[in-house]
Amino acid sequence: MSKIKPSKGAPYARIVGVGGYRPTRVVPNEVILEKIDSSDEWIRSRSGIETRHWASPEETVAAMSIEASGKAIADAGIDARQIGAVVVSTVSHFSQTPAIATEIADKLGTDKAAAFDISAGCAGFGYGLTLAKGMIVEGSAEYVLVIGVERLSDLTDLEDRATAFLFGDGAGAVVVGPSREPAIGPTVWGSEGDKAETIKQTVPWDTYAAEGHTKFPAITQEGQAVFRWAVFEMAKVAQQALDAAGITPDELDVFIPHQANVRIIDSMVKTLKLPEHVTVARDIRTTGNTSAASIPLAMERLLATGEAKSGDTALVIGFGAGLVYAATVVTLP
Amino acid sequence: MAATQEEIVAGLAEIVNEIAGIPAEDVQLDKSFTDDLDVDSLSMVEVVVAAEERFDVKIPDEDVKNLKTVGDATEYILKHQG
Repeated sequence: MSKIKPSKGAPYARIVGVGGYRPTRVVPNEVILEKIDSSDEWIRSRSGIETRHWASPEETVAAMSIEASGKAIADAGIDARQIGAVVVSTVSHFSQTPAIATEIADKLGTDKAAAFDISAGCAGFGYGLTLAKGMIVEGSAEYVLVIGVERLSDLTDLEDRATAFLFGDGAGAVVVGPSREPAIGPTVWGSEGDKAETIKQTVPWDTYAAEGHTKFPAITQEGQAVFRWAVFEMAKVAQQALDAAGITPDELDVFIPHQANVRIIDSMVKTLKLPEHVTVARDIRTTGNTSAASIPLAMERLLATGEAKSGDTALVIGFGAGLVYAATVVTLP
Repeated sequence: MAATQEEIVAGLAEIVNEIAGIPAEDVQLDKSFTDDLDVDSLSMVEVVVAAEERFDVKIPDEDVKNLKTVGDATEYILKHQG
């Protein structure tokens, strides 16, 4: 048997840079109220959302990703040619073939980086981060760009009073690179396909085309079932991620949950009994729910405003359609 | 030991008070969670989960929507408690 030379990776991986892009157009609740019978007070009390960003035709999935990635690469202080792989998590890029990641990798000026898309809903950032860490430690890439990007306004039913106000658009990106110290903890992740019906697209694309539906497909969810799962089951997953990383709540500086709903965030904080000193991301108020983009966008904002600082220990958890989830503890870039 | 109707109402009153800040004495059998007690659909989920723990009972999502009043919830718990 011939001997195959093994690949050689870094001892550990860490997030070395983060960047975000929020579309120019800010959409207040008043605009949402033009199509549904609700109120600003109702929307704020049920979701915490005051404004969200909606993309213009020019702010495509690729364009937003390139903007966010450019900032992440600059923040990391590396050259785009050092990036060995580009992982894009999205559910709102409407051309399945080819993956949007290849165009992004090319336009960023990478040197033929491996590039592919993943579909893991609101857990997409954690899934991508876990892949990136694996690639770096295994040795197939020195630096990996992980992008979460969504144009959920394209998949929103503006006449559905339960979801019309919920979603936003944007892109968040991180550069993951080699580290001498552990800076990304073990990932606690999984799927619960028996609950696949609780968050889904109203009509699949093939049915939509074949049956000539007049209403474009949108994302719909069973609010109470999702809320219960997100708060109580995901609090357990978050705790498992802390335990797996050997981090006590007292040692934690920042909590960045997927920005699904401020009520889920508040309830999770209560269920997890997080100490007062932990900074909690509540970017949802002005960004809405941006699915895979929400965690890197919230991370970028906390660092930009000084609410969190480089070197802080942060618990991140994503959860959503699948149902899927991923939680881990990271050192902030 | 199974809780009595009185104990369940008192327990629900404590839970509703903690979650929604409603005075415990307002929580009566004929009161509607949403209309009278201002417990919205998401707070209702928190009330249900707290009641499950307190009374050792499982209340699936599909049953939650049938629990309109404190009386509905009390009856459900009386019937299903472990």
